[in-house]
Amino acid sequence: MTERLGAAILMALAWVGEVSLFGLRALKEAFRPPYEMAETARHLFEIGWRSVPLIATSGFAIGVVLSMHTRASLERFGAEAMIPAGLAIALIRETGPLVTGLLLSGRVGAGIGAEIGAMKVTEQIDALEAVAVDSFKFLAVTRILACIIALPLLTTMMDFCGIIGGFLAETTISGMSWELYFRRAFSHIDFDDFIPSTLKTMVFGMIIGTVASYLGFTTTQGTEGVGRTSTRSVVYASILIIMSNVVLVKLIFFFFPENA
Amino acid sequence: MEAVAPAETPANADARNGQPAILLDHVTKKFGDRKVLDDVTLDIRGGTAFCLLGRSGTGKSVTLKHIIGLMRPDRGHVFVHGRDVTALEGPDLAAVRRTMGFLFQNAALFDSISVGENVAFPLRRHTDWPEERIREVAKAKLANVGLENDYDKMPADLSGGMRKRAGLARAMALDPDILLVDEPSAGLDPITSEEIDQLLVGLKEKGTTLVVVTHDIPSARHIGDELAMLHEGRVIARGTAEELERSEHELVRAFMQSHGSG
Repeated sequence: MTERLGAAILMALAWVGEVSLFGLRALKEAFRPPYEMAETARHLFEIGWRSVPLIATSGFAIGVVLSMHTRASLERFGAEAMIPAGLAIALIRETGPLVTGLLLSGRVGAGIGAEIGAMKVTEQIDALEAVAVDSFKFLAVTRILACIIALPLLTTMMDFCGIIGGFLAETTISGMSWELYFRRAFSHIDFDDFIPSTLKTMVFGMIIGTVASYLGFTTTQGTEGVGRTSTRSVVYASILIIMSNVVLVKLIFFFFPENA
Repeated sequence: MEAVAPAETPANADARNGQPAILLDHVTKKFGDRKVLDDVTLDIRGGTAFCLLGRSGTGKSVTLKHIIGLMRPDRGHVFVHGRDVTALEGPDLAAVRRTMGFLFQNAALFDSISVGENVAFPLRRHTDWPEERIREVAKAKLANVGLENDYDKMPADLSGGMRKRAGLARAMALDPDILLVDEPSAGLDPITSEEIDQLLVGLKEKGTTLVVVTHDIPSARHIGDELAMLHEGRVIARGTAEELERSEHELVRAFMQSHGSG
């Protein structure tokens, strides 16, 4: 039993190592010509712009729910005035980045994994190579870069929509004005709260793009394998996002002690 | 480091000067414990059609993939126009690949873009032509294979034969010296298969070197100047169709007497 567990842990670590090397290679290749700007821009549109409805709607709903929960908690202490600030801190520091990462791992990770996986099993990746195109760069690097760029932008949108949702929930219950809500919301927030927590989502983007691309490139066993790749892309990327978040939060507290 | 072709082999010289365009020099490839290619040596002259025959799983497609550098041998070298493909990487490998076209068994069209864009894709990547000229050339390539009205169709909307013809148009987009063709008639009806064969013969007549993997004997007779048969990873016979019919190897004679396609 212990041996099996040990073997499983070793396998998992070996897998993470392979994926990490894949990601590092992608970062290195990103700085070598040809830069595939058009393809990266296309993926940025697909991954970023097309995710806006999902992120905006989710952010709005999360803002409403967070506002209701915050009110329920703070009312007990007579601290309703802190509701906007509490909500903004929770959203900007943690909820927004993490939920954006997890939502994108579902929407984008599954798509990337399935798309590259399908290309692998139908020899389209070989066909790319046969027409003298670097398939790794064309397929993986461009998607990973698009994920890295899109995540912070989408997180900012999630934060913004969450705060709007929180305001609407709050104003419906208490009649709080727009100006007062935003003044209170941002009274305890500064760039040290926003910048590190938003930029950490670049790591989430890297994880989503890398895991999904790696699984796509290693897809076998036809269409069944493509389905498996799609599912695994979401599961593995989500797990890695949640685990890396622990390390990233610790690092943020280390480099920005005032956030702790 | 790029190996130098053995001095006594014809692959040292440029295939354009009438020397062999392709040389597989003692190539061995294993997948796990299974030896798919076992010390295979083949030289293919430029401007000819060479058909590689054999039963399923004997390493025919693997041979093609070695020629274009999609696979690397465990032992041996592959020379294209005298350059050792097995030692090339990055831009050097890409430069050699630009002299070759590859028609995959299932055509392997990029399914997220239209048929015309599939053909235009290599042109966009490797020329600095204006958009208008790229479309014009892509349309002309499609017209060559009888698909002039299908530029905007998606690959999923094409029949098997049309996909193969579109794949051929893409493979020929950059006017390669060498065309590698994997099972041109697999899954096609006899008439469509004949059409594909005619297109390949036409390309050969224009000077393109063809390497065709097939187990369709009538097709091989039609296209091939020279045939070779792979069996258990080794070349067991080589020559013209007539020579293979008289082979001392019973399997070769039996194969040559078959008329169906696989």
